Amino acid sequence: MADSTCDIPLLTRLRRRTLFQWLTFGLSVLAAAVLGAPLIGYFFGVRKREEHWVTVGDADQFPVNDTRLCTFDNPLRSAWDGITALTGVYVRNVGPDQQGQPQFLIFAVNCAHLGCPVSWFPQSGLFMCPCHGGAYYANGERASGPPLRGLFRCTWRVERGRLQVQAPHYPTLQDTLSAERRPA
Amino acid sequence: MIRTLRTVGAWLEARLCLGTSLWPMLTHPVPKSVAGPMGWWYVFGSASLTMLILQILTGIGLALVYVPAADKAYDSLLFLNYEQPLGWFLRALHYYAGSGMVVLLLVHVAQVFLHGAYKYPRELTWLVGVLLLVLTMGMFFTGQILRWDPDAYWGLAVGGSMAGRVPVLGPRIVETMFGGPIIGGNALSRFFTLHVFVIPGLLLAFLAVHLWLVIKKGISAPPQPGQLVDPKTYDAVYEQELRGGVPFLGEAILKDLFFSALAVIVVVALAAVLGPKGPSAPPDPTLSGANPRPEWPFLWLFGLLSLSPAWAETFIILVFPVVLILALLSVPFVSNRGERAPSKRPVAVLAVVVLFTIFCTLTYQGVTAPWSPEMIAWSGQPVPERIVRESSPRQLQGALVFQNKNCRNCHALEGAGGRRGPDLTLVGVRLTADQLIDQVSNGTPGGGNMPAYASQIGPDEMTALVDFLTSLRPAGRPAVGVPASRTLATDRP
Repeated sequence: MADSTCDIPLLTRLRRRTLFQWLTFGLSVLAAAVLGAPLIGYFFGVRKREEHWVTVGDADQFPVNDTRLCTFDNPLRSAWDGITALTGVYVRNVGPDQQGQPQFLIFAVNCAHLGCPVSWFPQSGLFMCPCHGGAYYANGERASGPPLRGLFRCTWRVERGRLQVQAPHYPTLQDTLSAERRPA
Repeated sequence: MIRTLRTVGAWLEARLCLGTSLWPMLTHPVPKSVAGPMGWWYVFGSASLTMLILQILTGIGLALVYVPAADKAYDSLLFLNYEQPLGWFLRALHYYAGSGMVVLLLVHVAQVFLHGAYKYPRELTWLVGVLLLVLTMGMFFTGQILRWDPDAYWGLAVGGSMAGRVPVLGPRIVETMFGGPIIGGNALSRFFTLHVFVIPGLLLAFLAVHLWLVIKKGISAPPQPGQLVDPKTYDAVYEQELRGGVPFLGEAILKDLFFSALAVIVVVALAAVLGPKGPSAPPDPTLSGANPRPEWPFLWLFGLLSLSPAWAETFIILVFPVVLILALLSVPFVSNRGERAPSKRPVAVLAVVVLFTIFCTLTYQGVTAPWSPEMIAWSGQPVPERIVRESSPRQLQGALVFQNKNCRNCHALEGAGGRRGPDLTLVGVRLTADQLIDQVSNGTPGGGNMPAYASQIGPDEMTALVDFLTSLRPAGRPAVGVPASRTLATDRP
């Protein structure tokens, strides 16, 4: 049997081949796009942050001008996080405001320098970081060392006499924990 | 029997064609002098490869037991250490063979650099080699995270804080790195994936290219002073040299085998004697007293960061590593011709000596970490008795203030205590009472290394503290800068 393509004029044959080449390129690009988009979405996707409130205790159990470490199971956890989901915050009751409402300062334990856990020393009224020696005053402001700012402040509220803190994510310089101001 | 084997061999060979592909590769000629004493310089690359093979073997072994889940990883490590037969040995070997691989790679890089072996036509071999070094460091960092103890947890925290400084994209990178808003199971899974799939895949792919280039472009002959590399003539000269060469699979490989065997025995002995590293404690972020330290290949960076001024920090974190890698990559483009002999390249020799001195010095600083406060010194290190034997009651009170205000965490007395600030054993010789009051009250000017204690210390405490500090001087020596008449007044106001 004769080769059937030989019966088709050369020009048509070329056109058909060119069309098929372009079709193949187009189809490959489409395949890459429909495969690539969801893969990139999967690998680099970020879940929407949910807002959770954690009760750290009754508001009146915190003595005025006293700093205490409160630990809780962070609700931002995954089910398989184990003890790494335990989170600590330093709670300081700074006394009532003009309306008589108790006011708090709540700090993440992470140093604002590189995230190491700071310790509270009530004797000297300082937070000290074991890594590079960053130090902070009781109000969280930077006292000395390499940190570029004060401790990260958590958002808090008092609901029916109970002090609640908004579950903190891991804080970094450009992703702090709140509007960084005390609620009115 | 032999006939059957021969038939099977011939059947396989007819299909695999190894006799005409792999065999010539393995027996390719190498310069004759490599089989001589100079050949000992060539053993570090193959020994690194041997360490990599050990890492793959022990890694597969560990993966049989290790559970890469945040709530189980620590327990599975304890199981490996104490219950799985020889699990402790495999963990130890994985650590020491990994360390050995880094050491051998550094020596290999230094040797290739000193012998000018990166010059024409082996520029690409060097480039791929640099990538292999970077990937190996990546293996070390991700491997440390899998040890899922406080060092691993806080190592992730420090890594996240560093990545968080990237302009604009920082928060996004941190969240991608941790796989969520907090450090936990998702972060561990990600670092497990990097350590077990992604980086080894890249490592093996680049290693294949590296070895392919070693075979295709050949290994460089030991350098001779006066024998210049000229890309125009090099290939012909090299080909001439290979005519009188020796097969790689023969005399040349013996030294590699000898040294690799020695390296294996050394890491096995280290593993058997020193045992597995950690895990030091459960990865509980609320445990107090955490004092995270990076693994040894990163201690120099820890040291460099800690000793740098604050304004340079973000640069050192984000830009410096890139600059360093680019500098290494640019080496064959800066000079790919001319002399190869170290005796004719004093700048190259000096560069290696200086770089390794800096590396070792910074690593030593990283080990001792004098910039880190000693967090329990205030309660754990008593004031030396010799210092307070003759003290007045108020000076004794001052010594108590000194301890209770945690001064000791940063200031040593007779060498015991923190070293972030100066040792104060003889501070009375250096500073007057007024200067001490100023220093303690206001701290380092401009918010430097010492906090201001003005609001943390009462007037009585300050008086006692300064009285104690000014008394810290050799017997019979008056307080500094104070006339004798006032010395009495300061001592007994």
